[in-house]
Amino acid sequence: MAGTVTKKVIHGVYDDEVPLLEACKKLGKAGIKIKDVFTPFPIHGIDPIVGVPRTRLAICAFLYGLTGCGLATLMMWYMMVSDWPIDIGGKPNWSYVYNIPAFIPITFEATIFCAGHGMALTFLLRCMLIPGARPKNPDPRTTNDKFLIYLELTEDQTSQADGILRSAGASEVNYKGIVTEKLAY
Amino acid sequence: MNNLNFTFPQKVKTFCFALMAVGFISIIASFAVDTPSVADAHYHHTRAWANILIGSFFFMAVGLGAAFFMGLQYAAEAGWATSVKRITEAVSWFLPWGLSLMMLMFILGHFGVHNLYAFFDKDVIEHDVKVQEKMGYFGAFWWARTILYMAGWLYFTHKLRQNSVDADHVSDNSHHWKNVKLGAWFMVLFAVTSSTASWDWVMSLDIHWFSTLFGWYVFSGMWVSAIICITLIVVYLRKLGYLDFVTESTIHDLGKWMFAISFLWTYLYFAQFLLYWYADIPEEVIYFQQRWENYKALMWTMFFINFTFPMIMLMSRDSKRNFWFLTFVGFVILAGHYLDVIVMVMPATVGTHWTGLSWMEIGPFLGFLGLFIFVVFTNLTKRPLAVKNHPFMDEALHHSV
Repeated sequence: MAGTVTKKVIHGVYDDEVPLLEACKKLGKAGIKIKDVFTPFPIHGIDPIVGVPRTRLAICAFLYGLTGCGLATLMMWYMMVSDWPIDIGGKPNWSYVYNIPAFIPITFEATIFCAGHGMALTFLLRCMLIPGARPKNPDPRTTNDKFLIYLELTEDQTSQADGILRSAGASEVNYKGIVTEKLAY
Repeated sequence: MNNLNFTFPQKVKTFCFALMAVGFISIIASFAVDTPSVADAHYHHTRAWANILIGSFFFMAVGLGAAFFMGLQYAAEAGWATSVKRITEAVSWFLPWGLSLMMLMFILGHFGVHNLYAFFDKDVIEHDVKVQEKMGYFGAFWWARTILYMAGWLYFTHKLRQNSVDADHVSDNSHHWKNVKLGAWFMVLFAVTSSTASWDWVMSLDIHWFSTLFGWYVFSGMWVSAIICITLIVVYLRKLGYLDFVTESTIHDLGKWMFAISFLWTYLYFAQFLLYWYADIPEEVIYFQQRWENYKALMWTMFFINFTFPMIMLMSRDSKRNFWFLTFVGFVILAGHYLDVIVMVMPATVGTHWTGLSWMEIGPFLGFLGLFIFVVFTNLTKRPLAVKNHPFMDEALHHSV
């Protein structure tokens, strides 16, 4: 087929995270791109090795926090100052600025509420962890005690990758058929 | 792990002595020039004495904060900070010096050499019914408590450090488990005494005013100061070529603590302020009125440095991993918490005679800082920079975030 490339799917399965990390480093050195890694628990320091970019979740959190802060201020200004000013403890609500200490706790809580919920929802959506989502896990054993490197490689890289996976101590190297990808021009 | 025996660089030693000399000279000089512009029978070199109290208390609190942090790691069975444990131990053992200085101030106060504490002043007691009512709490009972705090803190800090050193010479974990127990008991003692000591030693300067939250506010300040001192020393020792086994993630985590405890401080400071501001009861709100009227600039500067500054500077991951930046921010926040102690003590003692921050505050600060660095670095030379046989050491060496 014109404009497409056929790739082999390879699963390198490990019993421990240490040989897995070693294999990832070696693959990176050989210039072989790792498609994904599946492990039973998060492995510290794996992101830069596998080539996962830094998360941008923190930027989202900041924006959600700002939204919460703004909404809370708007709400309290409307309720407490603009619409129906109440005199609480000898402090009539004629001005938002003079009574600002009273409004700070709610601003703070609303900021955290929006940042926390927004971040959790963004994370779930970004991972496609939504109701009815189909599991993308290639091998169910990675939810138990196996560590898996997932590769999609062209024919010429296959034997080299196979050698690296085995030399790092893979307990299995499984070939799972082929995928067809469109070439990017 | 190499280079475990720290030698005190001669240059730093000279620097410490220079700082101490500056402090000493400025304290002497401030006694000579410290007279109120308006005649006041109750003002006897009050500002000079208050500065000695501030310096003693602040650096004693840093030592105490480090001792608390050490006990906390044991009680929580946390492993990440084990690689910087010897630094924490060295900082915590400023405690005998700090407590001696405090004790000296109390004894001088008791014999009427200075009159910072109203409950030592017979003239004040005679004319003030409210102080007379409180004398049951402040007389002999106050001295008994003071001695209990000092003895208790010194006992636990000494034991925790001693067990840590003894553990280097045995092959089992028995000393560690002893320290877990000690750490937990120290937390119980510290929870009560850190609060009550703040009331007895700092809040009592404002003899008529009280706040139950005050102890936590002081405690959060001392905690963040201690964390900053530990971080600064770790970064400095790494620059000298020591502590190659401390991972960047450990320092990153210390930076997170700086960030988090700055917020704890803000939270408590604001919680105290909000309640008094809202209730607006004259006998309570006087504390903030005094500060608002005569110390406004200082109070706002202090609040900005201790809250807004760390919030903006330490929010991102990269800022906590850039150790030059972390050092700079650490120094600024440390100075901010010294200012905080000034704002606690000065309005209650010097009051309306305040003429603004000057060399009379900065000089003693530098002097006490010199003493602090000298004592802590001397402590560091006495023990290897890494613990042996600690069950969590391996975890700390591989710490990665």
